[in-house]
Amino acid sequence: MKRFAFAALAALALPASAQDVAITNATVATGDGSEPLENATVVILDGRVVAAGSGVAVPAGVRSVDGSGKWVTPGLVATVTQLGLWDVGAVSESNDTRAGSSPFSAALDVAPIVNPNSQHILVHRAAGITRAATVTQPSGSIFGGQGSIIDLGADPNAVYRPRAFQVVTLGEQGGRIAGGSRAATHALLRNALREAGSYGDQARIPGLSSDGREISTGDDLPIDPRLAGEESDRAGDVLLTRFDAAALVPVVRGEQPLYVYVERASDIRSTLALTREFPRLDLVLVGASEGWLVASEIAAAGVPVIADGLDDLPQNFEELASTQSNVGRMVKAGVKVAINAAAMENPRNLNQYAGNLVALARVPGADGLSWGQAFAAISSIPAQISGLGGSAGVLSPGALGDVVLWDSDPLEVGAMPERVFIDGIEQPLENHQSRLRDRYRDLDESDLPKAYDW
Amino acid sequence: MTLMKPILACVAALSLAACATSSDSDRTGTSRSSSEIATPYASTYERYPGRPTALVGATVFDGAGNRIDNGTVLFRDGEVVAVGDASLETEGYDRIDGSGKFVTPGIIDIHSHLGDYPTPSVDAHSDGNEATSPTTPEVWAEHSVWPQDPGFTRALANGGVTSLQILPGSANLMGGRSATLKNVPARTVQAMKFPGAPYGFKMACGENPKRVYGNKGRMPSTRMGNFAVNRQTWFDAKAYDGEKRDLAKETLKGVLDGDILVHNHCYRADEMAFVMDMAKEMGYKVSAFHHAVEAYKIGDLLRENDVCSAIWADWYGFKMEAYDGILENAAFLQRENACVVIHSDDANGIQRLNQEAAKAQAAGRRVGIEIDDAQVIRWITLNPAKAMGIDAMTGSLEPGKMADLVLWNGDPLSVYSRPEKVWVDGALLFDSSNPELRPVSDFELGQPGEGDVK
Repeated sequence: MKRFAFAALAALALPASAQDVAITNATVATGDGSEPLENATVVILDGRVVAAGSGVAVPAGVRSVDGSGKWVTPGLVATVTQLGLWDVGAVSESNDTRAGSSPFSAALDVAPIVNPNSQHILVHRAAGITRAATVTQPSGSIFGGQGSIIDLGADPNAVYRPRAFQVVTLGEQGGRIAGGSRAATHALLRNALREAGSYGDQARIPGLSSDGREISTGDDLPIDPRLAGEESDRAGDVLLTRFDAAALVPVVRGEQPLYVYVERASDIRSTLALTREFPRLDLVLVGASEGWLVASEIAAAGVPVIADGLDDLPQNFEELASTQSNVGRMVKAGVKVAINAAAMENPRNLNQYAGNLVALARVPGADGLSWGQAFAAISSIPAQISGLGGSAGVLSPGALGDVVLWDSDPLEVGAMPERVFIDGIEQPLENHQSRLRDRYRDLDESDLPKAYDW
Repeated sequence: MTLMKPILACVAALSLAACATSSDSDRTGTSRSSSEIATPYASTYERYPGRPTALVGATVFDGAGNRIDNGTVLFRDGEVVAVGDASLETEGYDRIDGSGKFVTPGIIDIHSHLGDYPTPSVDAHSDGNEATSPTTPEVWAEHSVWPQDPGFTRALANGGVTSLQILPGSANLMGGRSATLKNVPARTVQAMKFPGAPYGFKMACGENPKRVYGNKGRMPSTRMGNFAVNRQTWFDAKAYDGEKRDLAKETLKGVLDGDILVHNHCYRADEMAFVMDMAKEMGYKVSAFHHAVEAYKIGDLLRENDVCSAIWADWYGFKMEAYDGILENAAFLQRENACVVIHSDDANGIQRLNQEAAKAQAAGRRVGIEIDDAQVIRWITLNPAKAMGIDAMTGSLEPGKMADLVLWNGDPLSVYSRPEKVWVDGALLFDSSNPELRPVSDFELGQPGEGDVK
């Protein structure tokens, strides 16, 4: 019977259609920063959320699921991750998260390589994460490449938005990569952005300065024809490859956010100052362990932060001031803060990290978050930073039908989803780990070895 | 830069490990005095002053598996005097109202690298692996510990950790002697050493030793090489006559004599089974397997051999031998009545051992294995104390034991709770409401964030 069940699961992995469903009598957190609502209802029709709240009626003919004693939230949004890019960390041939030996950097694009069958996608789907930003990490260059926004649905199309952002690392790591000093990082970055700027001026990109044919890749972000066309010549004193320069054009033009990995207060200031020279840059700070020291400046710049949630050690000399109160202090100063999924053992710890920030609210002298704020930091805010504002990370009318039914308070340790919907489609929650769990519910081999128990 | 949490050296591909042995008796025939040889580098720790204290009205988990609601805990002169219900007489004690709060023994981490891989984690601080030979029983972790590691203070204040074992890394099959410490700030390591604690001996199986030495073109480069080197080393030690001092063999003799406890890094079930047979072949006992992610496959064997499994709640996938990690590991071991210890191996994770234990408990509940809260607390108190050989002195709240205690501001198995006060041997060394009772390491003086809540 178990074998049959798994065959059925495999069938579920094929594209299914969205189901209309209502979850009633649940504690509902909408993800927008508000506090949870008791005895509330969430309605999903045609793959979209149509209503969430108290006093919401279930439309006639819609299947109703009793959520009594359970919680309903939007699916969690994880940023920044490497989901879909690796199988085993230390097995290099299975790990595509770094391309340190590549001649390319900014041009690296994960869109063609995300594996929707990755166990990490399956495991994290079962943990309630429904969308994620995934990207290669800076390794051979200060630029990490272009990240994608993916969904974690059990279908072949993981990439929801390709080339959604570019990554660059400054600070200690960037300095080592660039040649041994932060000064080298800044020279390299400025040179790259200027090369991309002049390259962009010559471009025939549809949009700002286009006079050329449009290159369509099937998504909503036009790309430089030189990334898809046949020309390869470029004259002059250049450091960037043609591909890398073209990839940075949308960054310079502010059409693609630039995620800047930076920790030290002074490095954060230098990053914010980049917009004086490159006014269109759409900056996002990632890490920012000393962000609380410059919180008002970050807020004034209107730059969002994907912050390491619980770093409180001087891990290195650029994080001397790190404290678990960092997020709370930045939020208090008016900064938009998401919790960085990369600064924990696995992204599935996001809700635990958010819960810890709630705990801080009761520690004398510490700065934490309310429950609603903390949940927003792993749902609506990372969604907004990912360009999914209003469509993911929230249960508002018209949002994608990414909905999770939890067995208990989702910020509490040990809470797990009972049901997960992505685009309104109920998802299988099985994976390698759940299959091992099922096999080892007992150690009985009196009839046959464990290998026959599946 | 903590965007990608570095996997600690003892588990990562780059890890190196070494462990040492030492002489614990005057069997060497040298001219040294026997007392010098019997207790070199002896503990100089003495408890700090404390007030006779009565914790009243709290929920007490005694660490031995018992729960007392509205309990009373009395301690004075560094020792627990009595544990009971509200009827206990508190005359002569300072009363602290614990209504709505919880009391546990001080948390114990059986697997830490604080001090030997301290923060800031710069190369100059990389002192955890003597990776120059696959067997280094002659090195002692205590000689690598930097007592100014700020991580000790975080483990105390955020994790309620009062005792911990500092291990050499896992590059080597035999990595060296461990150091068991009281978590008290000190100028010297001797002033942290747990009085009367036996030494531990770090061993490692699997990928790390064979990779580290295979990459150097020497034995071992395979798992069979791992066992061959181990076995020959044990046989050589058994033949050691003590005539000429040999630090390595003195440690191995200490293990064979039962004076030094083996802590064996080992992930895979099949390898743990071989290690237990090797221990029988040589005549020693494994105290605990560390990082035992596949322990759930052999809970019966582990129970029969009386070996503890020191594990994470949810780490998996970072290396091939961690591929089969599941959330139910602890619960499945408990089902078999095998010994469970939750460990950290991480300067951040050590601050949340209570949460990790709660996660593992919840995973069990989902598959119908109910484990009492009081038993779960035992996973991070009395069980590690037992595996470290200090259970007669600490790890549970019993009259005559060390007054190592944590007063939590809520249920310690909730993400929303934090230590409010921590006592070590009856001395109040952390009080969340008193900034003056917040330890600050030398390293952090004059730095941004000095004395912050962290």
